[in-house]
Amino acid sequence: MKKTIYFFLLLIVFSGCKGKPSGTLQTDLKNNADGPSYGDALIEGTIGEPSILIPMLASDSASHNVSGLIFNGLVKYDTDLSVIGDLAESWDISKDGLVITFHLRKGVKWADGVEFTADDVMFGYKTIIDEKTPTAYKEDFLQVKKAEVLDKYTFRVTYEKPFAPALTTWGSLIILPKHLLEGKDITKTDFARNPIGLGPYKLSKWVPDQELILGSYKDYFEGRPYIDRYIYKRIPDPATMFLMLRAGEIDMMGLTPLQYTKQTETDYFRKNFNKYRYPAFQYTHMAFNLKHPWFKDRRVRQAIAYAIDKSELVDVVLFGLGSPATGPYVPNTWPYNPEVKKYDYNPENARQLLKEAGWEDTDGDGLLDKGGRPFKFTVFTNTGNKLRENTATIIQWKLAQIGIKMEIRKLEWSTFINQFIDKKRFEAVILGWSISLDPDQYDIWHSSKTREKELNFISYSNPEVDELLEKGRRTFDINERKKAYFRIQEILAEEVPYIFLYVPDATVIISARVRGIKPSPIGISYNLPRWYVPKGLQRHNIEPEP
Amino acid sequence: MLIYFIKRFFEMIPTLFGITLISFFIIHLAPGKPTDVFSELNPKITPEARERLEKYYGLDKPVIVQYGLWLKRVARFDFGESFSTDRRPVMQKIWDKKQPITERKLFITFMLNLIEMVIIFLVAIPIGISSATHQNTLYDRITTVSVFIGFAIPSFWLALLLMMLFGVYLDWLPVSGLKSMNYDSLSMAGKLLDRLRHLVLPVFVASFGGLAGLSRYMRSSMLDVIRQDYVTVARAKGLSENKVIYRHAFRNALLPLITLLGLSVPGLIGGSVIFENIFGIPGMGQLFYNGVMARDYPLIMGILTIGAILTLLGNLLADIGYMLADPRIRAR
Repeated sequence: MKKTIYFFLLLIVFSGCKGKPSGTLQTDLKNNADGPSYGDALIEGTIGEPSILIPMLASDSASHNVSGLIFNGLVKYDTDLSVIGDLAESWDISKDGLVITFHLRKGVKWADGVEFTADDVMFGYKTIIDEKTPTAYKEDFLQVKKAEVLDKYTFRVTYEKPFAPALTTWGSLIILPKHLLEGKDITKTDFARNPIGLGPYKLSKWVPDQELILGSYKDYFEGRPYIDRYIYKRIPDPATMFLMLRAGEIDMMGLTPLQYTKQTETDYFRKNFNKYRYPAFQYTHMAFNLKHPWFKDRRVRQAIAYAIDKSELVDVVLFGLGSPATGPYVPNTWPYNPEVKKYDYNPENARQLLKEAGWEDTDGDGLLDKGGRPFKFTVFTNTGNKLRENTATIIQWKLAQIGIKMEIRKLEWSTFINQFIDKKRFEAVILGWSISLDPDQYDIWHSSKTREKELNFISYSNPEVDELLEKGRRTFDINERKKAYFRIQEILAEEVPYIFLYVPDATVIISARVRGIKPSPIGISYNLPRWYVPKGLQRHNIEPEP
Repeated sequence: MLIYFIKRFFEMIPTLFGITLISFFIIHLAPGKPTDVFSELNPKITPEARERLEKYYGLDKPVIVQYGLWLKRVARFDFGESFSTDRRPVMQKIWDKKQPITERKLFITFMLNLIEMVIIFLVAIPIGISSATHQNTLYDRITTVSVFIGFAIPSFWLALLLMMLFGVYLDWLPVSGLKSMNYDSLSMAGKLLDRLRHLVLPVFVASFGGLAGLSRYMRSSMLDVIRQDYVTVARAKGLSENKVIYRHAFRNALLPLITLLGLSVPGLIGGSVIFENIFGIPGMGQLFYNGVMARDYPLIMGILTIGAILTLLGNLLADIGYMLADPRIRAR
């Protein structure tokens, strides 16, 4: 059904976008040079509604987006992916990397006026490691051997082993107001839907399944946010959401590649909106089951890599909104190694390699064969992901050209994972990973992580990679880490356990009246409190917040 | 009569029991668990953490035990807690006592369906009668074709077309939702008008598709009746055509439609799932859709049970209506 909707939208938008003059937005939005000013509301359209606003219990992106505006962490990522202080002013790491001491900012107040102290951090830590707390983020904190409150503004944690990603785990998942939650069952409390935080916004109204209205927190420790209200409006149907954007009923939404490159390329949108694009922290790959006799042979995997034209995939599948991937990291971030072996499209190389591996078309049926068996295999991907389905189709066509027949089978997500991935019943899959901002990918590549339900489902095993992964997570020295991860990428590029296909871009459209947006490698929302609407362009000032 | 009534009522209980049993097992037959959504292929979740989560939701027990536990709770009118991370009671999600009645999900869906049903009947019956009395004329053909178009057009497609036209190009009606952003600051009349403006498109789309079935039934039922001897007698008596049709024929032709009324309830509830999503109406249909996507078993079961009860009640009401309308059935 989705497919039909998009196709239809394409039709009507192509045929009709010359339509009405700009309607409600008449001022020339892009040429107003007024400086920052308080006021107005920003309405973002969203498909999913947050379910819970306690960060450590939330599992969906909508909940994290909203709770991220209500809570802050001890540390956060800067735009260049380095770690900087948030609620912690500074921190010391002991020489052996086992002890981290955080020095907290003084005078920060929860939205109810109570001061934020190290006790709140301790309380959050105790809550997250509590057996009874149903959280998906416990593991990182179970590595902590000892946590202690040294004084009101100093918090210290000691680890069993040095653990480089440890520092960044002290982000916004962990901070909770002790004075409001102590002694309460965190899964039952009213706080989850009526939180008191210390971030730039506070929840003022939540109408379930319709909208969340957040008001700015005037005493926010980094200064009062310019935009008074941030409204998170739930619109379950993506086609409807786009129509609401067009009608001026929402100010901001994520766009599909088609919407970005075609449907918003009209005078109306150019005049009234700005579009932003930046690499998303994820990549799509084609992975091989390395236990499979054919794919055990590195030459076969390399041959398939040569047979796939990655830039063509980016152009066709993503409408150019992305970049070819060369490894499991995002280009232009510090762990990314640009100097690895690249498999530029070269069907000749592919044929040559296959020939070396014993694959030749001996019976003249157009398919390669070896030992009397034709080269036919099935690639699995999950239903509902149009981009992956298109990717699979293009690869299918490319492989047919070098004499490999690839079937595509689409499976519903749970079935796919439970019946095929976990049981290793697949030949190849097209899937994607979201990449965490920390480069540790131990769970995906380490040879000890190949049991059922673990993430190295392709059974990849390389002693050198194992060692480098271990090294990368045990040192805090960024240069040492960089060396380890660079080498891992070289090995992965040589061995091709995955063919890294592409890194898609995230694409967002925002009303042109909103200023102060500065795209960066970590996206745009990091400085949301500094966004503003010049006085003359403000639209929603009907009910000023008290 | 009262005895028949009581008997019918008690017959509903095993039916309901059967419906819930089958639904429960079918839902659990689908592969996957509610915890999959956030635990599959998530590097932060170890197998131990996964087991803990499953235990937390009671998913480690055999399905039959889970059904027993569910049934025990439902006997006390408690549908349990939703599996989504907010862990709110299912009953609160469907019927939130803290909100004004017009904001409660069951109410929204129920009222919308009621309005649609009334509109479908008000429009379809006259169409059916007039096409029967003008059988095989151009008028009959045009109405037949148009109601079938309504039947054949996918409702989500029609909905998008109308949103484009009225919401974006003409800017007459809101695109989606149930009320405007400034709803709270409106006067009483303003609020009513705002609601109505939001209802026009969804109600139209939902009713349009329902016209075909009912008007065709009305037409054929009317045609059957018109050929009966007593209609010929009425005509022979010299009654005016209007009297013949509306006093004598219409009443009898209406009988089969009462049954249809009861049968149309599940269709309407099913339809709500689709158009509540397209129009962003925060009703039970949308809740159900989200529940299915997240494998939120208690929520799905809660809504299915309520849907089943509504359907059974609809059937019961139809039977009673039939009894009241038709003396031949009353006699039994």
